[in-house]
Amino acid sequence: MIDGAGAIPLEHVIWFAITLFLIGVVGILIRRNVIFILLSLELMMNAAAVVFIAAGAFHDQADGQVMFMFILALAAAEVAVALGLVVQLSRRFKTLDIDAVSEMTG
Amino acid sequence: MVYWLFLVSCGIAIFAALMAITRLNASHALIYLVITLLALAVVFFLLGAPFAAALQIVIYAGAIVVLFLFVVMMLNLGRRSVERERQWLLPGIWVIPSILAGGLFIVLGIALIGAENQAMIEGEMIGPRRVGAAMIGPYVLGVELAGILLLAGLVGAYHLGRRYLDERRER
Repeated sequence: MIDGAGAIPLEHVIWFAITLFLIGVVGILIRRNVIFILLSLELMMNAAAVVFIAAGAFHDQADGQVMFMFILALAAAEVAVALGLVVQLSRRFKTLDIDAVSEMTG
Repeated sequence: MVYWLFLVSCGIAIFAALMAITRLNASHALIYLVITLLALAVVFFLLGAPFAAALQIVIYAGAIVVLFLFVVMMLNLGRRSVERERQWLLPGIWVIPSILAGGLFIVLGIALIGAENQAMIEGEMIGPRRVGAAMIGPYVLGVELAGILLLAGLVGAYHLGRRYLDERRER
């Protein structure tokens, strides 16, 4: 570990996480391809992970990293199921357009 | 020194994230996502979480993104899909989402600036030993639940993939 010659302000980490999260939000809103939407979801989850780790480091507790493990497990399970759905979407509708499956309008 | 490294990796992460959501080719976007994740691993390391940084590289960049790449290659998206992406990604489509996101950014920023709190992260290293002790100590129920979630994900992914294989065999 590099010794703490200069500490990192907590606020700046949170600014960074907000920016990353909002990039993910914009990505979800502008793309129609399912793969890009999943990619943006990964970005948003990583932004949450940054805040958890920063909070854990600030309070000098391991809890932040434990939450990171849970985010990792969640992301792995989510990606496995979502990519199965992507394969099904591609086989049945011959497209990756998310609007192709908007049949369940109330 | 640590602060400058943090700023540089933040810049790389944000730039690569912006590139990732605007690419037309899915594989290029995934490579940019890998760069974002590696930059985030550096940030985790600088925040004093070496175990999280290692897991970020091994599991996120090494397993999850590879899974994405496998699917992209299996679907065999060619030049046609790039053309279609260009049609879907209309020039002005990003304006309204960006304004909404900017509004959210300003609101959160006001909340942050209003805090007036010069909290510093010293970057004390929290090693795998302490994380492991916490995971089998107070968080043991959460770990069990994560195991159940992973099992559910496994069964779901198998189910979705298996039906695809059956259909293919019938053809």
